Amino acid sequence: MTYDSAIPLLAVLVSLAAVPLVLVSSRWPRVRESWTIGAALVMFGLVISLLPRVLDGRIPETRIGELVPGFDLALRVDPLGMVFAIVASTLWVLTSFYSIGYVRAAHERHQTRFFAAFALCLSSTIGVAFSANLITFIVFYEILTIATYPLVVHKQTPEAIAAGRKYLAYTLTAGVALLAGAVWLSQTAGTLDFTPGGVFGDVEAGSGTVRGLFALLIGGVAVKAAVVPFHAWLPAAMVAPTPVSALLHAVAVVKSGVFGVLRVTGFVFGPTVMEDYGLALPLAIAAGTTIVFGSLAALAQDDLKRRLAYSTISHLSYIVLAAALLHPDAFVGGILHITTHATMKITLFFVAGAIYVHAHRDRVSELDGIGREMPWTMGAFTLASIGLAGLPPVNGFESKWFIGAGAAASGQYLALVVLLLSGVLNAAYLLPIIHRAFLRPSTQYEGLGEAPALVRVPLMVTAAISLVFGLFPNAIVRFYDLARMSADAVFGGAG
Amino acid sequence: MTPHLPLLIPLVLLVAALLAPLVGIVRYTWVYRLALVAVAVDAGVALWGLAEVVDGGTMTYRLAGWQPPIGIEFVLDPLSAFFSAVIATVALIVMVGARAMVVEELPRKEVPFFTTVLLMLAGFQGIVLTGDLFNLFVFLEIAALAGYALVAVGERASPLAAFRYLLVGATGASLYLLGLWFIYNLTGSLNMRDVAAILPGSWDNPALAIGLSLMIVGIGVKMALFPLHGWLPDAYTQAPSATTALMAPIGTKVGAYVLIRLLVFVFGGPLVTDELPVADVVMWLSAIGIIYGSILAIAQRELKRMLAYSSVAQVGYIGLGIGLANPVALIGAVLHVVNHAVMKGALFLVAGTMRARLGHSDIGRIDAAVTRKLPWTMAAFTVAALSMIGIPPTAGFFSKWYLTSGAVDRGLWIMVVVIMVSSLLNAVYFFRVLERGYLRHDDDESLDAVVRDEAPPAMLAPTIVLAVGILALGVFNAVLVNGVLDLIPPAGW
Repeated sequence: MTYDSAIPLLAVLVSLAAVPLVLVSSRWPRVRESWTIGAALVMFGLVISLLPRVLDGRIPETRIGELVPGFDLALRVDPLGMVFAIVASTLWVLTSFYSIGYVRAAHERHQTRFFAAFALCLSSTIGVAFSANLITFIVFYEILTIATYPLVVHKQTPEAIAAGRKYLAYTLTAGVALLAGAVWLSQTAGTLDFTPGGVFGDVEAGSGTVRGLFALLIGGVAVKAAVVPFHAWLPAAMVAPTPVSALLHAVAVVKSGVFGVLRVTGFVFGPTVMEDYGLALPLAIAAGTTIVFGSLAALAQDDLKRRLAYSTISHLSYIVLAAALLHPDAFVGGILHITTHATMKITLFFVAGAIYVHAHRDRVSELDGIGREMPWTMGAFTLASIGLAGLPPVNGFESKWFIGAGAAASGQYLALVVLLLSGVLNAAYLLPIIHRAFLRPSTQYEGLGEAPALVRVPLMVTAAISLVFGLFPNAIVRFYDLARMSADAVFGGAG
Repeated sequence: MTPHLPLLIPLVLLVAALLAPLVGIVRYTWVYRLALVAVAVDAGVALWGLAEVVDGGTMTYRLAGWQPPIGIEFVLDPLSAFFSAVIATVALIVMVGARAMVVEELPRKEVPFFTTVLLMLAGFQGIVLTGDLFNLFVFLEIAALAGYALVAVGERASPLAAFRYLLVGATGASLYLLGLWFIYNLTGSLNMRDVAAILPGSWDNPALAIGLSLMIVGIGVKMALFPLHGWLPDAYTQAPSATTALMAPIGTKVGAYVLIRLLVFVFGGPLVTDELPVADVVMWLSAIGIIYGSILAIAQRELKRMLAYSSVAQVGYIGLGIGLANPVALIGAVLHVVNHAVMKGALFLVAGTMRARLGHSDIGRIDAAVTRKLPWTMAAFTVAALSMIGIPPTAGFFSKWYLTSGAVDRGLWIMVVVIMVSSLLNAVYFFRVLERGYLRHDDDESLDAVVRDEAPPAMLAPTIVLAVGILALGVFNAVLVNGVLDLIPPAGW
């Protein structure tokens, strides 16, 4: 039930068009920022306008033309892509406001480059979300890699430059693995289209071929998803300004990675092939290891952003684990976790940034008593922390619930243990921060007051969104329905 | 006119080369204009020829009406039409920017310089269009002699580089001629199609293997195929920037053309793939050249030299596509010819701009001041660098796509690994330059005084055109492949 529509392409082009506009308006900050806000709002509108159709089971599609003979550059908005696009475009709007407040308060230099690269990142993220096939996916995925580089090195310190090198070393290596995998897949399966339930169908392929393909393709997406041992770039990239970290860790880059994992497992290989060729177990082991490792490493960090970074590593692998469990409920949970982790983690990063620009602190050990001066900010932090630990009534609970339900229903109890253990560890590395902020006596912040509104309001909004979706999981944009539609397609198509 | 097209393409340039000194006597500055017009006309004719071939198939032209094998034949088939169009178009774009570099680096040498350039281009087009193996040698020498001269007029060390180039190049040409002697003895013909038709009867004759090997080695020198690349880095580095910008994109490609012509069309499928391991040898040497050139590029401290070693690696991509011996890899090789021509053209123009504007092109001295002075030039450099690394949607990504397809098709995983590793090595040496150009010293207050001092429009325009071309070639590669390149691989390759 696909139908032709130009809207998917327009959504990609809107923020692409913002890039030159931002660049030429570099001397007029207000004009420049209005391009960013304008593009973000228009993109959001375009994405949302597709939602009713997608919920009706119709799939908008833009065929742009042949990219290489036999394989098109094509965009298609299936329920999974819709979920990711809504998350990315919504949070871009909020991040845009926040970034404007942040870079002004922090007196960052090179703001034009910052906003231009930001817009390019979002354009390619929407492209990733809407990619109809693997080659289109790779095109946008690689543009995203390059567009993020100026943001990682933004501060231009030796540390930032070293982080940039590390980032490129990991992501470009992943890129060539993806290319090799895509070429091989095109010759093995004859198609690169993302097909619910997998592209193999009746294709006869040797187990060596399937496993080799899986290693290349999953390896290619696992780097951005920061699965151990491909995770080291992510904490290093923390030197970037906080809005970038928020974007990297909640919306664009890492989520493109886990989105890629869902695409590769559900739409390239499919549950049947994953099961038959024993592909799921190694992936589940890697994901489980990453979840525990990330949480433990987070415990050891004093730098707030680094602690959040390791927490991100751990949470991304919730989604990878969900994909590896091969159960519809877990798949639903995985998709939902893209949305829930996004709103919670972006809140936490926004808070970290607010503390940095307003109180000039970046270490956990320096936060004693800050909650009394910045109650709204730290209140938002508390709410998001509860969610990350997987407790109701915040939305993190529901995604984790479905992943756990999938694990239990398919008898994979070890995965359930990992999830529960991780919940405890989450509490262990987040609750002490809240304890310090509100309960430790200290007068060091007296008279500081709350962060500026442009910084504070977005983080309160994201925290509120986390709470609303925790209470009403299927509210407004009906993430649950979309996720269930996608899981049904993947698992129905296989059965 | 149309039937004369195969001859017209080299002839336009040859006539212009003869006229140029005469024009120079009358009015010194007219030589450049004549050269530019001649190359523009030639590009028009070559593109017309390409369109004719795509529509109506191969055209042949018999010089003075003599029947082959007595007479010389000019052949415009998809392969030669495509190469001649690439040579003329890229040369035209670079020529626009060449004058400013010549004025800067070679004052008062415009007349001999552009005359020699026309001669060299005429030689290139002759090589591509001739259907006669001996005539090919003649054009090879015309182009080579002009090339030696163009290298020698550069800075102080350039005569030495040119002399080395001459020794190696002359040896290569001699080997080709010697090999041709064996083939002529065997077949009694110098016409390519004749030879191709006669050869299958003498596969077991050792003279064939010897002749073939000698010709391939000779051409390998011209193409700078590893390990016959020794002349290239010095020649490209020491030559005037205008020479490098003209030679680097198209010079080695003509060698690649001859290799394709010989292996794929003259000696043909089963002979070079099954009977004799020629294609495999080319493939393995290319693979080593790719890695070797990339590693040495990383070790260079000077931009032109880095690009020169990068060319050694990139020629390896083309050789790899030929050596893999299947249609998709051959398409990849030919596509990489145009992709690399456009990328290297842009990159060497940037290096020339740096020399003109900064007085040097040392990588170690590049910092953010360069980007402030030359923002557009550096933007073009960035696009070309991303394409060399192979980031979509630039042209370089698609070269990798087709070459990897060819390697996967053969099940040669080691070649896939070579292509992958090479992309990453490219990333190392290009990001080293980008990182310096955009970030180094960028926060120093001393840089606040740096003002924009962009290249003159005549240099900037071709650089930008080539950078846009890189994106266009990437986005529309399927059009090119479906429309033209698909016609190239012959049945049985």
